[in-house]
Order: sequence, then C-alpha cells, then structure tokens
Amino acid sequence: MINQYPAWKYALIAAALLVGVVFALPNLFGEDPAVQVSAVRGASIDGALRDQLVARMKTAGIEARESEITDRLLIRFASGEDQLRARDIIEDALDRQYVVALNLAPATPEWLAGIGALPMYLGLDLRGGVHFLMEVDLAAAVRQAEQRYAGDIRTLLREEKLRQRAITVRANGGLIVRFDDSDHRDLAYDLVRRQMPELIVESTENVGDPVLDVMLGEDAKREIERFAVQQNVTTLRNRVNELGVAEPVIQRQGTNRIVVQLPGVQDTARAKEILGATATLEFRMVHDESAAALATGRVPGTAKLYRERDGRPILLQRNVMLTGEYITDAASGIEQQSGSPAVFITLDGKGARLFSSRTRDKIGRAMAVVYIEHKSFTELVDGVRERRKEIVEEVINVATIRDQLGKRFQISGLDNTEEARNLALLLRAGALAAPIEIVEERTVGPSLGQANIDQGFRSVVIGFVLVLVLMAFYYRRFGLVANLALTVNLVLVVAMLSMMQATLTLPGIAGIVLTVGMAVDANVLIFERIREEIRNGNTPQASIHAGYAKAFSTIADANITTLIAAVLLFGFGTGPIKGFAITLSLGIATSMFTAIMMTRAVVNLMYGGRRVAALSI
Amino acid sequence: MELIRQGLDLDFMSRRRVAVMVSAGLLVISALSLAFRGLEFGIDFTGGTLVEVGYPQAVELEPVRATLAGAGFEGALVQHFGTAQDVLIRIAPRDDMERSELSNRAFDALRAKDSSVDLRRVEFVGPQVGEELTEQGGLAMLIALGAIFIYVMFRFEWKFSAGAVAALFHDVLITLGIFSVLGLEFDLTVLAAILAVIGYSLNDTIVVFDRIRENFRRMRRGTSESIINRSLNQTLSRTLMTSLTTLLVLIALFFLGGELIHGFATTLIIGVLIGTYSSIYVASTCTLWLGVQKADLMPVQKEGAEELDTQP
Repeated sequence: MINQYPAWKYALIAAALLVGVVFALPNLFGEDPAVQVSAVRGASIDGALRDQLVARMKTAGIEARESEITDRLLIRFASGEDQLRARDIIEDALDRQYVVALNLAPATPEWLAGIGALPMYLGLDLRGGVHFLMEVDLAAAVRQAEQRYAGDIRTLLREEKLRQRAITVRANGGLIVRFDDSDHRDLAYDLVRRQMPELIVESTENVGDPVLDVMLGEDAKREIERFAVQQNVTTLRNRVNELGVAEPVIQRQGTNRIVVQLPGVQDTARAKEILGATATLEFRMVHDESAAALATGRVPGTAKLYRERDGRPILLQRNVMLTGEYITDAASGIEQQSGSPAVFITLDGKGARLFSSRTRDKIGRAMAVVYIEHKSFTELVDGVRERRKEIVEEVINVATIRDQLGKRFQISGLDNTEEARNLALLLRAGALAAPIEIVEERTVGPSLGQANIDQGFRSVVIGFVLVLVLMAFYYRRFGLVANLALTVNLVLVVAMLSMMQATLTLPGIAGIVLTVGMAVDANVLIFERIREEIRNGNTPQASIHAGYAKAFSTIADANITTLIAAVLLFGFGTGPIKGFAITLSLGIATSMFTAIMMTRAVVNLMYGGRRVAALSI
Repeated sequence: MELIRQGLDLDFMSRRRVAVMVSAGLLVISALSLAFRGLEFGIDFTGGTLVEVGYPQAVELEPVRATLAGAGFEGALVQHFGTAQDVLIRIAPRDDMERSELSNRAFDALRAKDSSVDLRRVEFVGPQVGEELTEQGGLAMLIALGAIFIYVMFRFEWKFSAGAVAALFHDVLITLGIFSVLGLEFDLTVLAAILAVIGYSLNDTIVVFDRIRENFRRMRRGTSESIINRSLNQTLSRTLMTSLTTLLVLIALFFLGGELIHGFATTLIIGVLIGTYSSIYVASTCTLWLGVQKADLMPVQKEGAEELDTQP
C-alpha cells in the first residue's frame, strides 16, 4: 500500500516526542532565590549545620522553603527579599570556613531532576553578571623565574664556597654571574650545569672579567609559562571562592588567557580589584649594616634598598626569609596592644619549620615585612602609547623578633581595616604566579538581563505565531501538519539544549527564531512539489509520494551547506556567537526529522492507504 | 492559496542584462563606499569602553555629558539607546587610568550625581582582542566560502560552485556596502548575521541549482537558457514563500528583540532580500555564462558497463 509507514517509525516518532517533552519541561518551572553555603578548609556540611541555620532564620522570621545537601548546602526562599536577609544572617552565623553566596536554583521537580532533566543554563547576557578575559604576563613570569634562579645560584655557590662578585638579571633575559678569577668561574660552570641541567650556561669574558652567561632553555621557559597560567587559574579560582559567587566559570583559553565568568556579581569594581591584585608578602631580615650604609650611601652586594611607607629608606637582606606561598590562612583583625589593623597569619607545616629554623638564631634582630604589588599603567612615550609595568615594593612593618617564630604570628603596619581585609583575602587565596591584565570585560546588569529574556521570549512567540498563521492560510490542512512539526521542532531544540546543558544567550535566542523561519523551508519544498505533481495530473497518493521523494535530496543539500556555515561560526566565534551557532545547527538537524519524517507520518495517517479525491494543500 | 499564478512563465534570463547592470552598480557603490567611508566598527573590533546606564525617568543628555566632563571624561560620546531612559556612553582610552577601570570611574561619577541610575551593561575590549577578532572574522568568512565551494563542486560541478560563491560574494559585499553607506554600526552580532546570510542565501541557491540539475537530466529539448528559466519558474513560489516566512520572524526580532539584537536583525533582513534576488539572478546567470550544459550534469557512466553492452 502506498503512503503507509511501518509501526516502528510511528514508535520512533512517539519516543522522540516523549523524550523531547520530558527534557524540555524543566524550563517551564523557573528558578527559586536561594542561598548557597559551601565549605572551604576542611569544614563540613551536614544536617546539623542546616538545622542550626534554619533555626536562626526562623527566629528572624524567615521561612526557608526547602533545603538540600550535596557537597554544598542550598536553602531556597520564597522571595528575593528573604534571600538577601537570610544571607546576612547566615554570614553572621558562620565563620570564614564557609563561603556564602546568592544563587538562583532551578525549581525543577524532583522526578525530573532525578532522570537528569534540567533547564537550560542561561548565559550572562540573560541572567546578568560579569565576564572577564584576562591575559597572563608570561614575560614577567619568566623574569620572576630568572630572579629565583639568581637567588638559587647565589646560595649554591656559597654552599660550595665559590666566590662570585655579582649576579645580575639582564633586562633582555638571562643572568650574568661575575667572578674574580677564572678558576672559580670554571668550577662554578661545572657545578651549575650539573645541578641545574635545565639552564643553558656559557663560560665567557665580559669587560675583562670572567663571567658565566646563564639562559633559560626553551623547554624550561615553556614549562614556566605553562605553570604560570595554571597557577593563576588556581589562584583566581580561590579568589572567586572568597568573593562568594555561585557557579563561577574559570577557564584557560589559548596559551596565555583566562576567562572568568561571575554570574550575578554586581560590584564589578571590587571583583576587578580582587581578581587582578598581585599583592603578596615577603619577609626579609633588615641588613646589619643598614644604618651605616645608608649614611655613607654605599649599598653592599648582599643588601637591597627598600622604602618604608613614610618614604624612609631601609636596607634589607637580598635573601628572602619566607614568601607568601606558605600561608594557609590569614584573617584581618585589630591588634590588641596598639588597636591598629592587623593581619593574623597561619603557615603550613613546611613554612612553619622553615620560618622557625630561620628565625631561631635571629632573636633580638629586626625583620621587615615587604608588601609587593604589580601595577600597570599606560604612558605616552615619543607620541606612542606604551604599557608600563611597575613593581611597588613597600616595607609595611619592621619589628624585632622577640621569640622564635612558628606557625602563627601577626603583622601590623597597615593603613586601615579595608586594606587589612583585602590583604588577608589575597594571602588566603594565594598569589598570582604572574601579573594579569583584563583585556576584555562584559558586564550585564540584572535589569537588562531580565529585559533580554522578556524581549527574546516575546520575539520568539510572535515570530512563531506569524509563521503558523501564514502556513495554515497558505497550505491549509498540510499547513497545519507543518505547524505541528514546527512546534515539535521548537520543543526538540529546547530539549536538546537542556540535555547538553548548553548556555542559552541572546544570540542563541536569535538562532532559535531564525531556525523557526528556516525550518518551514523543508515543508515548503515538499508541499510545492506535491502541488506540482497534482498539477501534472498525478493522483493524490502518487503526488504525496513523489513530492516527498523528490524534495529530499534538495532539502539535504540545502541543509548541509547551511550546517557548514553554522559549524564554522562555532569554530571561530567567541562566547555568545557560539550560542547562535549551536542553536542554528541543532535547529537544522531537528528540522530534518520533524519536517520530513514527522509530517510524513501525520500525512500518511490522514490520507494513506485509502481512496482520496483531492488534497487540502 | 497561491503566491504565483499557475502556469506563470517569467522570462528571467532575457532580462539578465538588466540584472547584471543593477548588481554591478550596487557592487561598485558598495566597494567604493567600503574603500572610502569604511565601516563603522563597534568596540568589539576597535577596542574601547562602553557603558549603558538606565534612569527611572527620561533624561536629557546635556547634564549627563556635563557630569562626565566634570569627572574628566570630556571626550565621552553620549547618546540615547532605544528609549529616552537609556543612555549609552563610549569612552576613549585614557593615559592616566587603567583602561579596565574607566567604566567604574564613569559610573561612579554618574551615581554620585543621581543615585537612581542603574548600571545596565559594560563592555570593555582591549585593543589586542579587537585586532584578533577582526582577523578571525575575516578568516572565518573566507574559509566558509572555500568550504562551500568545495561542497558544491563535489555535489554538482565547478561551474555551479563558481555561481554559488559569486552569489555569496555579491550578497556579503552589498550587505556590507549598505552598512557602510548608511553608517550602521558593525559589531560582533552583525558579523554572525553575515555568516548566517551566507548560509541562508546558499540554501536558496542550492534549491534552484538542484532543480536546474534535475531539469538538465530530464528535459530532452531546450537550450541551457530555457532550461534554467523553467527551473527558476518552478522554484519561484518556494523561493518567495521561504523568504516570506524568514522575513516574518526577522521582522518580529527587529521590532521586539530589543536594541542589542537590532543590528543582527537588520543585517539578516537586508541579507535575505539580497540573497533571494541573487539566487534567482546572480547564481544562475553566472553558471550560464560559464557555459553550463547538459553534458556537465549527466550522471557519470561506469566505463565497464558500456563495454559490456558493445560485446555481442
């Protein structure tokens, strides 16, 4: 019999329809305002904590609607107002071992969430938030590594009792180690090559002096750069956690860039300040000859000139006692004796051992805390704008070591409590391995996000209805069949986006709208063919059959070429453009299924296998 | 209901000289405008800072400018965006300030003046990012054209490839030309729309080509010209119907989609109109010029099969 589908095709269509509806469904339930509590530094999230918080909120008159515990605690509220008040209460109740963040939790019913059906993820342009693209200064990372090697070589030579006159880091890369005689230089050459095989060492003369010319090998350089980016991603993640952002995205992009997306963050100034800050601490002993040398103006090779906050010069030892990387916790507070702002620091085991052994024989002597920050600015040089970088190193505090220092100690000398708070946060999150610069920012306020959703939704609905009316009017009964297919197509696109947990952006919505317009093309092609066949005098049944058969290769060719354009868009586009490419490609793929197979199934049910006098087309 | 009267047989190809002149004229104007006026590139490509703020009531631009000038942003470009309540501010890079800080400073200045102002959007693009984007965008378009050429050559024949790519080039250049002549802003969404126009116009062209191929194989008599004419007539109602449905949703997007999607919708509306025209005239005319004929499209016969037939 002509125009009849086997049962399995109907079953396939029904199955696709069912899956589509189920997975598209979660998008209808909206979101609940919620507060999310996650643990850091070994704190635990359990029922007891939840009960404690819920009880606290109850006394303040806030009803928690629902709560769930996974690796974090999520408490839902009836209104945004309750959510904001609850956040303040929870923050007061918990200490810094927990991070509290506002969130919008999908209100998906449990039976749907249970089978993995979740709503689409809304992009920043729809939910509001900040997008940063940051560039890691790899040259600075390499320079820092060279500084480190300079220190290591100095220590190594001293341990081996080889005397060098000076080690300098050259501005255009590499180090120069000067010696008094070539014997020591030759011994040092063997030693450095043996101990640091990753370095390229050359033994030469420079202005009559025997020197070692030290360069980083290509592999070592690449490794340093890779590590710098990786380390920065980790540090940024820690800092974002400290800021309390729900569902942040921190990803490496290309060789030297990092994408940071913070949904819902409004205070972009603070976000920038915290993310981009490069502040760290170093502890150095005050040089023994500091006062004498400053008086004569001759700085010994083992000393380096610093300035205190009030501008007074001070000489510190070149060798660092301890750097900020061993710090596991830092809290801001008020020093009890002086009443001035202070930061209370806790070191990890290794840091504590190092610090205690290094300070043991230094009791009674002065140690300085150096605050280091990278700043970048633009400057006009010979009419050309140039980016300049500057490292600000300030001595914030000089104190006499009264006792062997260990795991916990405090530093003071900060200007105000705000500075103490930021420094504590930065020390907790760790330092950036290399300075970063924001090269792109896109912030969308919550009001605009909501407006984008409303406008996008409205244009989809109106455009969709216009097409439905036109099709029904023009192709009558067949038009209604096409409309059914178009509706299912929309459901399937939404279902697939939800399944993939793809991010829906404003251009993505535009892609869906465009898909609606273009998806009917397949049906237009088929229906025009059927009309032609009828005009040529064929029977209705034969016309349907021939119409579908002849239109197929045209539809396939036309859609594949459009797919090529969409795939290229995906490959080259960034962020939101990718969203457009995804919805367009999905729409093309699903429209092949709905416009060809599904409409055929319905047409077969209507006309197939019986005598038909005329088609309503 | 029908858009096209039954049995309508328009002689498209006899009027192709007129079409060629129209197309050539548009292409020359576009090329000249692109060369001398250029495109009004958005900050996606040029780099820079853009701040959009919303007020609860309509605002005059002069006081906003004055406030910004007071905070040191004398050269800021201030304009309404969509409604009289929304204000768009473009800020040129400054030497004395970190570029990524400009938006915060400007907004702080406005908020100090009127605390009801609402930050709607900030876009900051560093100069290096803009440059890369321009390169990538141009590259994407060239690769798209190349990939399509190869696909069409594989499915049809090189004369069709040339016709299709010529039509796409025509569409893209004229769309860009219209943007240049009217001084519309060219941003990232417009670039995406242009790539979508490539996809759409190609879709249209392929449908026509498909019919030409079918008719070349089926119709025993007739010149190439008359066969192409017949094919264009047969696909005309489909071409118009699909353009109509696509235009309907684009118009919905244009009027209801909001300011951010405006450039996108405008580009596609222009592109769909030009693409519809070019799939009828440019693509087919071009293939005809290149001397397409029946033999080009006959299915390739298997060599062995023929030999078998000749044997007794």
